Amino acid sequence: MTDRDCLAIQIEGLRFAYPDGQVALRDISLCVGPGEHVAIVGPNGAGKSTLMLHLNGILTGQQGVVRVGDVEVTAANLRLVRARVGIVFQNPDDQLFSPTVFDDVAYGPIYMGLSEPEVRERVSLALRQVDMESYAPRTSHHLSLGEKKRISVATVLAMDPQVLILDEPSAGLDPRARRKLIVLLQQLRQTMLVSTHDLRLVQELCSRTVVLDQGGIVADGLTSVLLADEQLLRAHGLEPI
Amino acid sequence: MHSSPFDLYHTGISPVHGLDARVKLVLALAFVLCVSLTPVGAWPVYLLLLAVTLSAAELAELGLGLVLRRSLLALPFALAALPLLVTLPGPTFASLRIGRFLISISGPGMERFVSIVFRSWLSVQMAILLTATTPLPDLLVAFGALRLPRLLVAILALMWRYLAVLIDEALRMMRARDARSGCVEGRGGGSLRWRASVTGAMAGSLFLRGFERSERIHSAMLSRGYDGTIRSLSRQPPDSRSWRLMVLGLAVLAGLLLLGYRLG
Repeated sequence: MTDRDCLAIQIEGLRFAYPDGQVALRDISLCVGPGEHVAIVGPNGAGKSTLMLHLNGILTGQQGVVRVGDVEVTAANLRLVRARVGIVFQNPDDQLFSPTVFDDVAYGPIYMGLSEPEVRERVSLALRQVDMESYAPRTSHHLSLGEKKRISVATVLAMDPQVLILDEPSAGLDPRARRKLIVLLQQLRQTMLVSTHDLRLVQELCSRTVVLDQGGIVADGLTSVLLADEQLLRAHGLEPI
Repeated sequence: MHSSPFDLYHTGISPVHGLDARVKLVLALAFVLCVSLTPVGAWPVYLLLLAVTLSAAELAELGLGLVLRRSLLALPFALAALPLLVTLPGPTFASLRIGRFLISISGPGMERFVSIVFRSWLSVQMAILLTATTPLPDLLVAFGALRLPRLLVAILALMWRYLAVLIDEALRMMRARDARSGCVEGRGGGSLRWRASVTGAMAGSLFLRGFERSERIHSAMLSRGYDGTIRSLSRQPPDSRSWRLMVLGLAVLAGLLLLGYRLG
């Protein structure tokens, strides 16, 4: 990897074990360039979600370094890092915790310390980006899963992040909602890390794929090459398309 | 599943629905205060207060049926006032013979009991009017505007958001249990003890799921910058019409209270 590739995200020798001793990540090193769309694939329990949570300091590695742009993820930089990295969690019911859609989308911008007109501007722009402008006064509980998912994306877009991290974005969506989400994500220019089992989505969205298994990176390369390697996919709990 | 026992809001377009939530909250609280302070036995004032709630319900196009049905909620609280019937001294109003016991109900006891029941019924009606014509998110903003601590408002908001999710989860679990509760003719059902332990385990796993969910929500909050303080956008102050309505409403309630003291 050249230095140029590491301008958006740089992970060096990251290791993490849960308090019960189970090692979730072992010696992960990864570089992502600006605007790159990278898929993280692998079987359940491979460490995909754990890796995602390291990128904005929800979890912090016992060893290794994570950098987002020129900022290292440390306790002192958490606020700066969280303004730069937006995570869309797998379950939108976890992501949407406010009484109304507006409150949820406004949450990030409010915590970034923006003024009221700026917050309103960000909310309306983010909802327009996901084509859900009319939903601002609605209650999240009454929305469909597809709608909740799009609102979840808006909650992080409102923070104008440089890096967008999506955990299983297409899980549970019907084909139409899934298609709308893929079209939406294809339009976004941010650096994107997508953790998923949906290899068709990977094919459409990400030019690069990283295969993770048992806490380590086992392959990293062009999506077109890796997805054609049936032996590799089967060896790591994935089903070739 | 989209069950929410807390969706008390009744969608509609009426002058009451359109009124600023802060004004409605202040007036509703003032109404409850006025009802509580009105002296015992000021019957004409009680009727006037009833006229206020019923006219507001009519104006809000809620239908009297909805308000009266929901207001039955006040009935169990009447039990707390029951001892007054027999404990207050005074001339006997009626006597009741139960077996060997003779229970005499005093006149003042009866008057106080009916007053308390009527007044709690009026207060509950006002609470129903408020919740049926104001969406809960607006009400939470109104709580904030009345300087209720932000942490408390945030807890209420999260509770409202997630109780519904939790109830859905419990319903799904119960449905899954029912789906596997087959019965071969003459057998099945299990012992009471076993069924109780299954129910206990379900409650336990619901708690664990709730706990895990709270961890995930906390992560989602941290990801968007949560730093332990509760922040929210400031809202526009109520317009002059809302202010005038609030002052008028408070003046009417104060007038009714004074009348109550005159008569009581």
